[in-house]
Amino acid sequence: MPRDVPALSRIPGVFDKLKSAGRKALIPFITAGDPDKASTVPIMHALVTAGADIIELGVPFSDPMADGPTIQRSSERALKHGTSLKDCLGFVREFRTRDEVTPVVLMGYANPIEAMGYDSFATAAAQAGVDGVLVVDYPPEESAQLTGKLRAAGIDSIFLLSPTSLDQRMEEVAHLASGYVYYVSLKGVTGAANLDLTEVGRKIPQIRSHVKLPIGVGFGIRDGATARAVAGIADAVVIGSRLVQEIEASPPGQAAANIGALVAEIRRAMDAQA
Amino acid sequence: MQMTDLPDRKGHFGPYGGIFVAETLMYALDELRDNYERLREDPAFVAEFEYELKHYVGRPSPVYFAKRLTEQCGGAQIWLKREDLNHTGAHKINNTMGQALVARHMGKKRIIAETGAGQHGVASATVAARFGMECVVYMGSEDIHRQAQNVYRMKLLGASVVPVESGSKTLKDALNEAMRDWVTNVEGTFYIIGTVAGPHPYPMMVRDFNSVVGRELLTQMPEVIGRHPDAILACVGGGSNAMGAFYPFIPHKEVRLIGVEAGGLGLQSGKHAATLCAGRPGVLHGNRTYLMQDENGQIMETHSISAGLDYPGVGPEHAWLKDTGRAEYVAVTDDEALEAFHAMCRVEGIIPALESSHAVAQAMKMARTMPKDKVLLVNLSGRGDKDMNTVARYSGLTL
Repeated sequence: MPRDVPALSRIPGVFDKLKSAGRKALIPFITAGDPDKASTVPIMHALVTAGADIIELGVPFSDPMADGPTIQRSSERALKHGTSLKDCLGFVREFRTRDEVTPVVLMGYANPIEAMGYDSFATAAAQAGVDGVLVVDYPPEESAQLTGKLRAAGIDSIFLLSPTSLDQRMEEVAHLASGYVYYVSLKGVTGAANLDLTEVGRKIPQIRSHVKLPIGVGFGIRDGATARAVAGIADAVVIGSRLVQEIEASPPGQAAANIGALVAEIRRAMDAQA
Repeated sequence: MQMTDLPDRKGHFGPYGGIFVAETLMYALDELRDNYERLREDPAFVAEFEYELKHYVGRPSPVYFAKRLTEQCGGAQIWLKREDLNHTGAHKINNTMGQALVARHMGKKRIIAETGAGQHGVASATVAARFGMECVVYMGSEDIHRQAQNVYRMKLLGASVVPVESGSKTLKDALNEAMRDWVTNVEGTFYIIGTVAGPHPYPMMVRDFNSVVGRELLTQMPEVIGRHPDAILACVGGGSNAMGAFYPFIPHKEVRLIGVEAGGLGLQSGKHAATLCAGRPGVLHGNRTYLMQDENGQIMETHSISAGLDYPGVGPEHAWLKDTGRAEYVAVTDDEALEAFHAMCRVEGIIPALESSHAVAQAMKMARTMPKDKVLLVNLSGRGDKDMNTVARYSGLTL
């Protein structure tokens, strides 16, 4: 049975506010340190200006198993400049000097967190102003310990659900998740095409019967039209590979402006729906 | 719980192992675990596997007393378990045969695999051909250049070989890419992982299929010397041949278990793949284990003269055997392995794989310091035909 989840971070407030305004959340993803360290915080502010409600900040990892070529390349670019988990926390701290309200979710892989240690990570992330953490390769059965420490530090643990998740797994996620859950809307890696909206529409009510949290949908969202369609059935639209592509294609110094324009266009399309 | 009862149902060997993958793979892993747990207890499946091992792979592989190598070292006896005599020339086929049978029982018609040196790719392509399945092998583009013969061999066997251009373009990147394929095509595809690493149930399943090596030794050595050897030595990259030889001996505490890692240019140089000797625990490729990583938790590129040992992780059961002290792990350099390779060629008439040469080198080192009534058993995991170009290059020749 769905249960109430107590508020930990800035995230629940954002969803409450959007709900009363009849709008859906737009959650852009970028890889920290891509194309360089100096660009990350300006890009984050540009995303907010363009209408982002929550920012997912990707922590680069050498072996991003669940990502497609676009986000892999962004990780490689960021690692070329030595972007570390510590740097990512530094970006959030710097972002917070100008933005106290927009939630930031760190998304990445387990090993950089393992290397820092759960306690140090939870403390440092809370101090930096991180609101949520999504570790791609920590499924519920391996994440109780970290989730507990994050909760104690006031940070939400975001979990993935997929088209192949059965009821029992949704129940396991419901026991640990807070903030929102992220429904990976197709089989495959990030950046793949062919979003099946009928399938997503079927799955969301099933998730809602287990998880009493907002549901974000990501994977396969590429433009205003797909974002608008997803906003019609989910609580949040997550868009990643398409933005990372835009950063990759931007001339030096132009990434923030280009990505801002793209996100603003998607925002308009989503709000037109509502 | 006995050490041999591990892993637990979630795949843990002490703090190691487990299932560390994205949600998109959980269903496939649950399905595989349920099927494998059933099949491993099914006498008909076990009989089918044993039939293939005997008639197709050519088991049991013999044990052989390396008399002249022993005399050259002048100490303990060196014996060899001849996995190099298996069909396709290495222990790898024990596992691919087992997994191909599991795939058949699960109704999967498409096989994918990752490969470094190409031995696991060849062994996967072989069983796919044997059972009429489609086979796709992911291989780093660097490794494709280094192992052109094995690439051609896989193609002859009907497999398609997909070059992987991401990251360091080697084994770990091929593994990432195979995982991505699996996530995308999860319904009809079976992923044959080539070593005792990865998410549960792979470390257990690959160990089980390779344990035929240790089980044969349990009866073979008493037949020829009247007792078990004093130590079993095996090279460790991911650790599948070592785990296969060690596992049945875990309860036989009088037998030392010695894993030999790739010391590359020396542990001080940083250019090596000696994960258990010099790495730290972390999470990669679906399991918690020792890893070669930097202070920020990024995975480091490794080096070894042998592509099969050139991997920054290691099977989680080895990590547990190390921490509990049941097995010991040492490193042997490229040069030492090459020296053992040449010694084996000239003194025994056996061309060993460069991977296996690491274990031979350690046995030679130890034999010199031990009395003649002691017995060292080396798991000679593969033959060296695939390494002709590499060895020639190190000798300054081009073939």
